[in-house]
Amino acid sequence: MEPTAYLLAFIALATLATFLTRAIPFMLLSKHANHEWLQFLGRYLPPVLMVLLLVYALKEPLSTGHGLPQSLLALALVTVLHLSLRNALVSIIGGTLLYMTMVQQWMPIT
Amino acid sequence: MALNPVKPSAFALSVPVMFGYVPLGMAFGVLFSDLGYHWLWAFAMALFIFAGAAQFLAVGLIANQAGLFEVFVAIFLLNARHLVYGLSLISHLGLKGWRRWYLIFALTDETYSLLTALDRREGVLSGDVLDSLRVKIAALNQGYWVLGCTLGAWLGSRLDLPTQGAEFALPALFMVLTLEQYRVIKKPLIFLLALLVAAIALLISRDQMLLIAVLMAVSLLLMAKGGEEWSRLRIF
Repeated sequence: MEPTAYLLAFIALATLATFLTRAIPFMLLSKHANHEWLQFLGRYLPPVLMVLLLVYALKEPLSTGHGLPQSLLALALVTVLHLSLRNALVSIIGGTLLYMTMVQQWMPIT
Repeated sequence: MALNPVKPSAFALSVPVMFGYVPLGMAFGVLFSDLGYHWLWAFAMALFIFAGAAQFLAVGLIANQAGLFEVFVAIFLLNARHLVYGLSLISHLGLKGWRRWYLIFALTDETYSLLTALDRREGVLSGDVLDSLRVKIAALNQGYWVLGCTLGAWLGSRLDLPTQGAEFALPALFMVLTLEQYRVIKKPLIFLLALLVAAIALLISRDQMLLIAVLMAVSLLLMAKGGEEWSRLRIF
């Protein structure tokens, strides 16, 4: 697919998908209905999905081994920062800067 | 108790979100600019998609040239937590017409938390004042996000930043979100099972890993819930 067409379709679908998650409750559900199943999914889907996305985001190093030690070290820093300071931005930027420094300076990926 | 006659300013209420959205948006923009596309695309994404985690994921999906079906499913499920926000707001969202739909469109995590805090002032402020505050807060928050994303993409395309490795922002973001989830759902087994599902999916197909893992996970969850219902039926 041509890059412009792909990006246009990508943005349209991502917009629709995001809007649907925000609009479905207001469009389809009444105030009094029993939302037990939806609440079950709403509770347990997010933790499961975050783990899946974490692995997805690391699928290159996990399946090829390239950059795996750097990734694990940077993830460790993200975890330590987040458990101690609990500031999402600080944790993300700290871990990313460590990873960038490692792959650019200390232990380049060959 | 005396009524507070001072009308709170939407800007003052939204300042904390500004300090979060502008830098996070800039991080997205810089990362996006690495893909080599014009900064206007980042502006369009912030304007239309307007979802933080989904836009970071989008950078990874675009870099992989992911299939469009996978894109739709992945982003829908990543944002599925919004379904629960909606549920809790159905009864008192207020508003009519385009302002109502704009507010629903713009219901990010941060806007949601500001709106629920605002709801505690119901009865103190008139309905009209509250309605206009809600829309202004949502629009200001989106303004900060669009500004951050566009600025980051523009800077990233102008300056020759040594961005090698910046894509690690994506796993870092999901690590943070996983830790945040663990604070709410303290059930290690769920997280371990998810890890197992992800590993199996990765072994089945590296390219289709996300779709396979999501389908497996959703089926397992539905089966678990179904089993729970079933055992309850048998007890009574």
